[in-house]
Amino acid sequence: MRKTKSIIPGFGLSTGITISYISFIILIPFVSIVLIAANMTWNSFWEAALNPRILAGYRVSFSCSAIAAMINCVFGTILAWILVRYDFPGRKFIDGLVELPFAIPTAVAGISLSSLYSDHGWIGSLFMLLGVKISYTAIGITIAMIFVTLPFVVRTVEPVLQHMDPEFEEAATTLGAGKSTVFFRVILPELIPSLLLGGGLAFARALGEYGSVIFIAGNTPFETEIVPLLIMSKLEQFNYAGATAIAIVMLVISFMLMFLINSLQIRQQKIIRGGETT
Amino acid sequence: MKKNATWYILIFLGVAFIIIMLVFPLAVIINNAFRGGINPYTQALTNHFTIEALELTIKATGIAVVFNTLFGLVAAWSLTRFNWKGDKFMTTVIDIPFSISPVIAGLLFALTFGRAGWLQPVVQALGTKIVFAVPGIILATVFVTLPFVARTVMPVLNARGVDEEEAASLMGAGGLTIFSKITFPHIKWAFLYGIILCTARAMGEFGAVSVISGNLRGKTVTLPLLIEILYNDFKTIDAFAVSTILVILALILLVLKIIIEARWFKKKG
Repeated sequence: MRKTKSIIPGFGLSTGITISYISFIILIPFVSIVLIAANMTWNSFWEAALNPRILAGYRVSFSCSAIAAMINCVFGTILAWILVRYDFPGRKFIDGLVELPFAIPTAVAGISLSSLYSDHGWIGSLFMLLGVKISYTAIGITIAMIFVTLPFVVRTVEPVLQHMDPEFEEAATTLGAGKSTVFFRVILPELIPSLLLGGGLAFARALGEYGSVIFIAGNTPFETEIVPLLIMSKLEQFNYAGATAIAIVMLVISFMLMFLINSLQIRQQKIIRGGETT
Repeated sequence: MKKNATWYILIFLGVAFIIIMLVFPLAVIINNAFRGGINPYTQALTNHFTIEALELTIKATGIAVVFNTLFGLVAAWSLTRFNWKGDKFMTTVIDIPFSISPVIAGLLFALTFGRAGWLQPVVQALGTKIVFAVPGIILATVFVTLPFVARTVMPVLNARGVDEEEAASLMGAGGLTIFSKITFPHIKWAFLYGIILCTARAMGEFGAVSVISGNLRGKTVTLPLLIEILYNDFKTIDAFAVSTILVILALILLVLKIIIEARWFKKKG
């Protein structure tokens, strides 16, 4: 039982600074959203948040983010696996490089990917031969999202693989299970919680991503407009109510994702610390 | 590990993914920046708009890192060493900048301090300007990078418990002595790690500052915003040349981060 009054000094000062700083930087700006929303009627809110062009934006943002998260789950697991289990020349280099998307500014990534995948770009021109256009389509948006969220799954799956006891795989192999059976019946079930966590983090980040996506997106109404761009264009027209309505929808979704991610994170910590999965 | 077919296939897939997704984009930046040779490259970098954008980026990053580092230490102290009403709530609130879109972060400040904002009268009374001005750029950068140091230091402090600090306090050590002699040595690597992540994000922040900036070149344009302006003006070489500044800084931070991680991990044993 902790004493209510701690003997460690600095309670008043540190708590006072913490509350003031968080209030000034985070909570006060949030009041503005509430104030603007309070001045809107239900009808104008729904009209601004759910008109056809905005709905198309949600569809683009959600489907591209979901596909990007899934692709990163597949390649993130492969990368985590080869980084933890295999030894090969360049392993350390690849391991360091995985975190590059967190260090590279999003605008830099955006113009680079846009140029790489454009019709004349190194990769884009190859796909043009097959008749597939990447830059300025939903494929381009998805690729930008894969880039910025690449580290999440690798970094959540890695520690779980490190803590996984190879005994179970060996036991399964001894009992006659083939490689794919071992993977799908023994390894994958252990990885599912961390895949959900890494995939969830990637999905949440991709939904809000702006800088790396807008250059490759083409930003055609109803086709390649992502939600953050729609908020931005409302702001450029000084339509604060319109921007706020869309932002509220996105905030509600972000907070729900944050809640889910937090509970998955607690589970992940338990797996890494205790080795228990139940 | 036996090198069988699976070994080769998985390593090929993993390495190919990294090369296509990460190495190619880096190579494209270098290739485009030097497409016209060395002269256009140096011209783009010595342009006074570039210098001014670099100065603003350094200023905003510096302020955000200093403020959020001090805050991170203070908040970690308050939230892990004491139990108080609302501490759980504040711990959750600290994470908000990570979970919302940077564009929405910018929107929050535009709504608060912009021309129709409810705090605009206060800003005007103080004789200053926030939206479409430098203070807004700094504020937006501080917002998006707020959690880093607090979030990396807090788990370390939580895992250590309060026994050592309580013992020191009982023996008569003051707050600063306890912090510098007992607490800080434990959190040193986490602290440096947080600063690196905070710096990387601050210098590259785009969405939030883009909403606040108003793109007044030479006044409210940071390096990432300058890259956007140049790229949209079809000054591709200039845009990529300016990008190389940020790429070099990012790679330095990445190497520092790997070094810190290695030291940190060694200490944990």
